[in-house]
Amino acid sequence: MTVTEAPNVASAVETTKVASHLHANPSYDVADFPKPNGREEVWRFTPVKRLGGLLDGEPSDKHLDIETTLPEGVTLTSISTEEARDLGELAPTDRPSVLAVANAGGAVLLDVPADTEVDEPIIVRLRGSSADDLVWGHVVVRIGRHAKASVVVDHKGSARYAANTSMLVGDGAQLTVVSLQDWDDDAVHLGRDAIRVGRDATVRHSAISFGGLVRLNVEVQYDGPGGSADLYGLYFADAGQHLEHRLFADHTAPRTRSNVVYKGALQGEGAHTVWIGNVLIRKVAEGIETYEQNRNLVLTDGCRADSVPNLEIETGEIEGAGHASTTGRFDDEQLFYLQSRGIEEDEARRLVVHGFFNDIIRKIGIEGLEEQLMATVEAELAKNVTGKEIL
Amino acid sequence: MSTLEIRDLHVSVDTEDGPKEILKGVTLTINEGETHAIMGPNGSGKSTLAYSIAGHPKYQVTGGSVLLDGEDVLEMSVDERARAGLFLAMQYPVEVPGVSVSNFLRTAKTAVSGEAPKLRTWVKDVNAAMDRVQMDTAMAQRSVNEGFSGGEKKRHEIVQLELLDPKVAVLDETDSGLDIDALRIVSEGVNRFKENGDKGVLLITHYTRILRYIKPDHVHVFVDGRIADEGGPELADKLEAEGYASYVSGVAAAGTGV
Repeated sequence: MTVTEAPNVASAVETTKVASHLHANPSYDVADFPKPNGREEVWRFTPVKRLGGLLDGEPSDKHLDIETTLPEGVTLTSISTEEARDLGELAPTDRPSVLAVANAGGAVLLDVPADTEVDEPIIVRLRGSSADDLVWGHVVVRIGRHAKASVVVDHKGSARYAANTSMLVGDGAQLTVVSLQDWDDDAVHLGRDAIRVGRDATVRHSAISFGGLVRLNVEVQYDGPGGSADLYGLYFADAGQHLEHRLFADHTAPRTRSNVVYKGALQGEGAHTVWIGNVLIRKVAEGIETYEQNRNLVLTDGCRADSVPNLEIETGEIEGAGHASTTGRFDDEQLFYLQSRGIEEDEARRLVVHGFFNDIIRKIGIEGLEEQLMATVEAELAKNVTGKEIL
Repeated sequence: MSTLEIRDLHVSVDTEDGPKEILKGVTLTINEGETHAIMGPNGSGKSTLAYSIAGHPKYQVTGGSVLLDGEDVLEMSVDERARAGLFLAMQYPVEVPGVSVSNFLRTAKTAVSGEAPKLRTWVKDVNAAMDRVQMDTAMAQRSVNEGFSGGEKKRHEIVQLELLDPKVAVLDETDSGLDIDALRIVSEGVNRFKENGDKGVLLITHYTRILRYIKPDHVHVFVDGRIADEGGPELADKLEAEGYASYVSGVAAAGTGV
């Protein structure tokens, strides 16, 4: 078992408190994360009144239905809250994650043992049956040393769902993981994917949000030198919809790498997206490389895209650090150019949106998912063009 | 047959100070097989004429008509005009990130001809068209015009002209910013298009040098939103020698304040 190595690894990580506004101090104590009123820096973009009481933290024994097919050697088991902690999960960093751990009554562990290579993606289908259901989720994904696996967590249906998910990626391991939020419109999902990247490990995480009210934190930190994380995202917000993605790359070890690319489209009155890209380069993290970018494509009037990159650097010895953020309107000149070649307006719009998302979809790295995502993008776009959903 | 008739065309654009009339009554007929050159100083409205024919939303037609083979072009959307047989080669072709040249060309060809081109011959046709303008066929995989040099963008316009094969081509300062080799290559492309049937060409240019490669049947001098003078190819020679000074000062003398 690798449980015993967790304390050693933890001590190798610089754990001293950093005076950084980017960085919440991790804690299992609910009292450390009081209920926000919406004016706090980390909540000011979120419509806290529309979260269905998730921030109140009432207990609930409702669950999402899980359906999955596990390859040989991979297991899905229930563990206690304490066992999850002992595995070295990353302690909660905000109110939804601390409530999820406190109320879930134990965690689900997806375990890929050391040196196991799984070719087929492991698809975990999570289904909510009603927005009346309050669901607390606590998940640990463990990828053993030098193991290699792909995991897709596919959320559908409806629920008021808060979840804390830790991904513990062992030394030299490779993980490709996708969190797909394809909820019904009335779902609320406050999620946290916290990733520990082992020495020389490689992680590619993609957050894809189409449906529901979603606020997803994606955090990554490094257990040793040589770790690499690509954090990708794709989102498409419709009228009245709120989709929020908050990234935190915490460079806790030297010669580590983070690369963040999030792309979103917005259409319809009141469509709102938020992207917060926080990068902290600690004193110990010499020779690291980081780049983050967020691009938004606004398709109609009445949309709002907030995009805030933050970079905090505590060492001068870095290879490279940068960020970029652009929010552009669907360009009338592009539309004219395509139409002047005989292409109808709807088709021109489709071409441009396809083009906008194409590169990020190709990077996700799960076979068979590309076509599905393009089809979903098409369906989202059709809502705009025709005013109703086409299935 | 294909005839483009422009009758007393008036066009305005919105400015901070309200609508401003740019074209003040333009009449011009391009009969089948004819090449017309429109020459004039900067700001005379040459490009406005090109974009108005193509239907750019920035330009409001306030009077007059444009007919292609008797059909009212001004009633058509931008894409309908293209499908009716009009083509505008732009001075500044637009970059469309994420859309590959190959996908763009196939989609446009499908739209214009009403059916998808046969895959096997199509790839060959595209490669041949790119070869003819000395454009690297690997560029078919790049995003439309993204990161292309000025010359590459113009060559790409000519590739589209040849593949889409319209009835009437409007070339808006296709010669600007080209070195002499590129100018020759682009001109040869236009000439191939002309030989490919009874095509109409409206060639808009500031300079006379492209007229050494593409022979116009008629030359129109454009000043202050109107045709100030018309003639045969010899008019271009006169402009080459004398420039636009006589026309422009004439306008100033007439008291328009330009």
